[in-house]
Amino acid sequence: MAKDLLLEIGLEEVPARFLRAAMNQLREKTEKWLDASRLGYEQVEAYATPRRLAVLARGVAEKQSDVSEEVKGPSRKIAQDANGEWTKAALGFARSQGVEASDFTFREVGGVEYIYATKSLNGQEASALLPEGLKNIISSLTFPKNMRWGAYDFKFVRPIRWMVSLFGGDVVPFEITDVTTGRVTRGHRFLGGEASIAQAGDYVEALRAQHVLVDVEERQTLILNQIRELAEAKNWNIAIKDDLLEEVLFLVETPTALFGTFEESFLNIPQDVLITSMREHQRYFPVLDAEGKLLPFFVTVRNGDDRSLDFIAKGNEKVLRARLSDAKFFYEEDQKLQIKDALSKLENVVFHEELGSTGDKVRRIRQTADRIASLLGVNAETAQDIGRTADICKFDLVTQMVYEFPELQGVMGEDYARKAGEKEAVARAVFEHYQPRFAGESVPASIVGSVVSLADKTDAIVGFFGIGIVPTGSQDPYALRRQAAGIVQILLDHDLDLTLDQLFELSLSVHEQAGNLKRSADEVRKDLESFFELRVKKLLSETLRYDVVDAVIAAGAGDISAVVTRGKTLMNAVLHVEDFKTTVESFTRTGNLASKADGREVKPELFEGEAERELYRAWELLHGQRAARDYAEEEGYTTAAEAELTALSALKQPITTFFDRVMVMAEDEDVRANRLALLAALDRELKTFADFGKLVWQ
Amino acid sequence: MLFAFGNLPLRSADHFSKGVLMMNFQGMILTLQKFWADQGCINAQPYDTEKGAGTMNPMTYLRSLGPEPWKVAYVEPSRRPSDGRYGENPNRLYQHHQFQVIIKPSPDNIQELYLESLKALGVDPLIHDIRFVEDNWENPTLGCAGLGWEVWLDGMEITQFTYFQQVGGLETNPVAVEITYGMERLASYIQDKENVFDLEYVEGMTYGDVYRQAEYEHSKYTFELSDVKMLFTLFNMYEQEAARAANENLVFPAYDYVLKCSHTFNLLDARGAISVTERTGYITRVRNLARKVAAAYVEEREKLGFPLIKKGGEA
Repeated sequence: MAKDLLLEIGLEEVPARFLRAAMNQLREKTEKWLDASRLGYEQVEAYATPRRLAVLARGVAEKQSDVSEEVKGPSRKIAQDANGEWTKAALGFARSQGVEASDFTFREVGGVEYIYATKSLNGQEASALLPEGLKNIISSLTFPKNMRWGAYDFKFVRPIRWMVSLFGGDVVPFEITDVTTGRVTRGHRFLGGEASIAQAGDYVEALRAQHVLVDVEERQTLILNQIRELAEAKNWNIAIKDDLLEEVLFLVETPTALFGTFEESFLNIPQDVLITSMREHQRYFPVLDAEGKLLPFFVTVRNGDDRSLDFIAKGNEKVLRARLSDAKFFYEEDQKLQIKDALSKLENVVFHEELGSTGDKVRRIRQTADRIASLLGVNAETAQDIGRTADICKFDLVTQMVYEFPELQGVMGEDYARKAGEKEAVARAVFEHYQPRFAGESVPASIVGSVVSLADKTDAIVGFFGIGIVPTGSQDPYALRRQAAGIVQILLDHDLDLTLDQLFELSLSVHEQAGNLKRSADEVRKDLESFFELRVKKLLSETLRYDVVDAVIAAGAGDISAVVTRGKTLMNAVLHVEDFKTTVESFTRTGNLASKADGREVKPELFEGEAERELYRAWELLHGQRAARDYAEEEGYTTAAEAELTALSALKQPITTFFDRVMVMAEDEDVRANRLALLAALDRELKTFADFGKLVWQ
Repeated sequence: MLFAFGNLPLRSADHFSKGVLMMNFQGMILTLQKFWADQGCINAQPYDTEKGAGTMNPMTYLRSLGPEPWKVAYVEPSRRPSDGRYGENPNRLYQHHQFQVIIKPSPDNIQELYLESLKALGVDPLIHDIRFVEDNWENPTLGCAGLGWEVWLDGMEITQFTYFQQVGGLETNPVAVEITYGMERLASYIQDKENVFDLEYVEGMTYGDVYRQAEYEHSKYTFELSDVKMLFTLFNMYEQEAARAANENLVFPAYDYVLKCSHTFNLLDARGAISVTERTGYITRVRNLARKVAAAYVEEREKLGFPLIKKGGEA
């Protein structure tokens, strides 16, 4: 027999941003507990609204399954005397395990025989296990922030106000703080009331009757449909941003979408400002026309039914009017501020206690950007634009608008810079230098923006690493990982002829001059390398197999576009090139023996046979080519990496012949060492492309 | 509940039919005082030292510390010098009014009580959109932190609702709940006014009649006239005096000087006399004093044997 199991935790409004994760956690923990408790079930559903987290397990067994368990006892030597009689120790063990000594079995462990008792455990009733099990599930839920309330010694995301727990039709009794489980739930705060749930399986419908849609998917579909209907009726394009939809979804139990308007005169403020104000402050969805131009309307989702929507719209319009009036005021005031005055204010804005003011940072960005520009050999005009952009890229941080809406940094900078008469390329790059602002955003389109972006991000990472602030685990308060990923993406997307090492050196010397480094440059370098290696690895892993990624990264990740093309080429070879496996095997064998080499140079005069001379010539040819780096010029190859791998693969034949004909571990010590030295030289060539030994073959 | 206040002037039949009783500013205060008095709160009076928020009143800041139960409600005139707008901005004020409720330990039905109080003000939740939106409150100057919400009425933030977790750098136990109604905002909604100065304070008298001149003069003084040198001197004097009193465990006098430090700092800040870099330093100075006073308060109450525990019969 099986029954449904319900657990509902009734809460004061839980922060919207915590709910989905909490709901998933509740489902997983319930499944895990049922599994561990040997209670079979059909499926587990989880539900969440602002005021509740719930889980409903269908078809839960009423009794645990029976199992037998083997328990290891003392060794046979201790368990039996010379006559083969059970000793006191053995009998005591039998008693403690509740079995007869005659039922013992023997088994050898590590050369010693032990006695084993086989216990059969009869499954317990689920109802006996549930109270403690469910209580533990609740107290084991974790949230980003917990709180205390009343005089209770208990922490949870928000105060627990009621709990419903039913196994079939019976209450599972337990208590947390002063709240005791029962069958009475609470409906929508204003539209619903209390409701008694007869059977666990009635949960979803019982709450629907109290104006609460507990099912997240159902609620989301309803919201989307309501918005879509509005959009169709009005011929609007309503911009639904996923994170806003997610927040709204967890702010309501009965959603009803409605719209309001604002004065057209506000449309003179930049669209980004209006949209940000509506989204961030009010959780409104902005309304656009077919061309993506903002219209003077907004859509909001109320937590309630459709009564007096006009009244609610009016209230919301009043709030928005005040918000937009503020924005308009800031926008107008900000334009009275000259860029040079804004820049001098940056001297008083602390960037970081140990890294100086934002003014200091701007000067470092300028130095770093100038050096990157000269490494790239950009033309004079571009170099000038880069310099100007670097100088003014942070000026909007002291504007009122950015103070109010930090996420508009760069956006306002671009707008104000253009209005102040800066060159278009500079104005645009002031915005672009923050890109990519989030995973998935494109990199700066212009070279000016890209260079300043690289300088800004490198300055931050090297600076923080220099004072010992290195991201660990979930600790990355300055978003250095995101910035590092941005650097990698920019280098790659623009295929810039610039390595990470070059960037590090530039920035290290700038920070060193400023006296910022609190650790040795070598330590910082080491941390930077492993930090970026992980970013590159992550990037490559999006498209390549992990063993391929490991193999090419082992050959160095400093030159990003090189490591990427090497990765693609190797992946392709692993998948598509015939016999590539045997090629790699010859490389691996080379590598294994190469590790025995003692570091001496190859002496051709010590070779004894043709096979080793031929292998040596093959190495000479390859080494010469690589030193000249002339692969890309060879015809028929799309990338240098492809030509390079083909050249390396050509070594397979001489290597195989070598191993077939030559006895590496010769008696004569000099001959032996010379052969190992040859293999080591080959291995060094191979390892500048990839550590082929890391490839995994199925 | 609505008609219990039938003697208050009803201005707009249309407005009333939309579920809001048109109540003047004074009526709102009287209603909240009565409502929370009925819940057993002491109706305390505003504290006579300048402060930026009702939380800084010792009836909240000090009383929410330690194990003793406490229930209080009061109106707090709250000065925010940098928000002064010469009486010209419809929404921003040098001084606004908070209606503050503190109950320790927080009762289990506190949200329901709060929603009842809105009904008493004539707000019918069925025809409004009322939401509890996450807002974690912090006051670094006083070393306070709490978790809770801002309450939205049709998109407008009308109340800050906070469970104190830390006050003066000390963990709170039991936990006090603080409800702070923004009276001007709530009134502008209830009276359907766009401009705070048009609010009806009592019949025949607007909010502007009562406060506009002070708004103008305080703004002018704050932004154009205040004597920065004198203010810096005062800050240092207040700070020293606060420390001197705190060293003698004279909690209340010490705290008065902490409040004066805080207000002086706000005046300097509004005048643009404190750079961003220095700002943190000043805030730390005030916070250190506030912490010292908080710790001294708990010590002194302990010496007295936490007398309110016996009276309230609970903790």
